[in-house]
Amino acid sequence: MVLVKTRNLLKCYPMGLRTLTALRKINLEFQRGEFCGLIGPSGSGKTTLLNIIGSLDVPSQGSVTVLDKKIEELSHVEAARLRRNHIGFIFQTYNLLPLYTAYENVEFPLLLIDMPEAKRKKKVMDALDWLGIADKAESRPAQLSGGESQRVAVARAIVKLPDLVLADEPTANLDAENSFNILEMMVKLNQELNTTFIFATHDEKVIRYLRRKIHLVDGQVVKDEIVN
Amino acid sequence: MIRFLLKGLIRDRSRSLSPVLIVAAGAFLCVFLYGWIKGAMDDLISSTARFDTGHVKIMTRAYNRLSDQMPNDLALLGVGKLLDDLRASEKGITWMPRIRFGGLLDIPDEKGETREQAPVAGLAVDLLSPDSPEPEILNLKNALVRGKLFQKAGDILISEAFAHRLGVKIGETATLIGSTMNGGLAMHNFTIAGTVRFGIAALDRGAVIADIEDVRFALDMADGAGEIVGYSKEMHYDNNAMVALTKQFNKKFEQDKDEFAPIMLSLVDQYGLREYLDLANTFGAIIVTIFVMAMSIVLWNSGLMNGLRRYGEIGVRLALGEPKGTIYRRMILESIITGFIGSLLGTLAGLAVTYYLQYKGIDFGNLMQKSTILMSNVIRTRVTGWSYVIGFIPGLGASVIGTMFAGIGIYRRQTSQLFKELEA
Ligand SMILES: Nc1ncnc2c1ncn2[C@@H]1O[C@H](COP(=O)(O)OP(=O)(O)OP(=O)(O)O)[C@@H](O)[C@H]1O
Ligand SMILES: [Mg+2]
Repeated sequence: MVLVKTRNLLKCYPMGLRTLTALRKINLEFQRGEFCGLIGPSGSGKTTLLNIIGSLDVPSQGSVTVLDKKIEELSHVEAARLRRNHIGFIFQTYNLLPLYTAYENVEFPLLLIDMPEAKRKKKVMDALDWLGIADKAESRPAQLSGGESQRVAVARAIVKLPDLVLADEPTANLDAENSFNILEMMVKLNQELNTTFIFATHDEKVIRYLRRKIHLVDGQVVKDEIVN
Repeated sequence: MIRFLLKGLIRDRSRSLSPVLIVAAGAFLCVFLYGWIKGAMDDLISSTARFDTGHVKIMTRAYNRLSDQMPNDLALLGVGKLLDDLRASEKGITWMPRIRFGGLLDIPDEKGETREQAPVAGLAVDLLSPDSPEPEILNLKNALVRGKLFQKAGDILISEAFAHRLGVKIGETATLIGSTMNGGLAMHNFTIAGTVRFGIAALDRGAVIADIEDVRFALDMADGAGEIVGYSKEMHYDNNAMVALTKQFNKKFEQDKDEFAPIMLSLVDQYGLREYLDLANTFGAIIVTIFVMAMSIVLWNSGLMNGLRRYGEIGVRLALGEPKGTIYRRMILESIITGFIGSLLGTLAGLAVTYYLQYKGIDFGNLMQKSTILMSNVIRTRVTGWSYVIGFIPGLGASVIGTMFAGIGIYRRQTSQLFKELEA
């Protein structure tokens, strides 16, 4: 089943008098359950593509369909609803809400979908358990290590069991061991719940895990390989 | 969700404590200033009414034109009849005749030679009729410093400071030298019965209070009076009622072209008090507007600073699927909460201080030494119903407006842009 589909996707940014083309003629399809990554040098357009798929940005031309919804046609409210219900984000810099505890950070996406309290509590604890940080539930981000922070961020991304998880350089700030742990958990999630993962990365540690590698150079797909 | 937002609000001091303090300070000042202006204006109106303008005043047209010169040659005559008519037709109003007079007060020594002499501005009122309301209107009992209030014809009260300056004692004789209604020389001996201090600088410099019958006799003004003042029974000045009364009275004399026909003026018709009173009424609104604007700017600024600090948070919330509009509304909800708490604290503090100064007052005697305004030296603030709500207008208003402005920046930014800034 096709989860994400791009058609002649073009993304330009105005740069003074000229325009900078960050993505051109992107035609990709992602199936449910994929564990794949966008690979390429800095500035090749990985984040831009991930943001458009995640409905945080819109294409300049062409079309992007996510879960049968055309991103370029969504209103702000509809885009927010799509993200809220179906997409989880993981960032390089964790981006936890600093005022809230690990528990509350993971709880937040569930509050947004109005999940009743009892069910919410169980889900949050399950997610924290799953990532092995249940003992840090009451800690604030400032009290967490990088690895722990990223695990909270992963828990936050997956707690609502989204169809799609978009991870932009999730291991860039982590050491080898933490990267390994996080990736192992993501693989497990992908296998057990069939959650689709799309990474943007140039980290070898991540690339080794990918089952599909999409190489971007200067905003264009130069290679799309399936690994067995 | 609300609980979630409240947690963040409480944990982030710069989002809760500082706006609450700013709002509280503004609300406090607003409540206090309002009480202050209200108190000062009320005092001005009440003092002016008691000692000069009445709630309404009747004079001849000619007298009115020159009233600051106390032109007793232009005074009303046939006052007894006029008063009877007034008292019969306007029962809700207390009508009293008064004479303002000028002249020299001469203090003789044992041999009858002049020992001291000073110009005076005197006020003659009915002090000897047993049921005269004048002692109460002029608050003479509280004003008495030495000696006694009126006992008999020929008694006068003079201001304590004036008595000091002239070096006179209670019981001594003072001669008023002035001019009669017909322009002749008037000389009349009075006995200084007591000294008074009204706490109104303009009066305490040199006031002389005499009985109207004595002054009528001295100035040859039988059945005359410079002015007739009217007070509503509760001593509360009701502008609309008084203005209506004036219109009705003056209508009767519309056709009369006589210079000496009576004319009635309400309090606000005299000394440009209408403007003062309007000011008193609009001042609340002016203050509130100023505070709303000033505080909005301050809160807008701190909101912007907060907004910058919160880019990260807002970016994440957007990414997690909270719509922009919801975030914006929730920020405004937060501002309503902080605005309300701040206003509440500020209002409580403002009320406390206003109540205290309503009871204590502040003495502006030194500043008022030279003033000619009939206003007490000790100004008391006044708490009114408005005092309880007025702080909330700038408090809530500024807080919400400030946040709305600050929030627009976030609102108008591209989602992905906010996001980039957050990644940076
Ligand atoms: N808002 C923007 N305005 C102008 N140009 C932009 C904007 N966002 C991205 N770009 C440009 O688009 C190109 C692709 O950027 P993008 O962030 O997608 O690269 P990336 O592959 O994620 O790089 P990195 O590995 O460094 O994260 C870059 O040349 C970048 O300068
Ligand atoms: Mg990037």
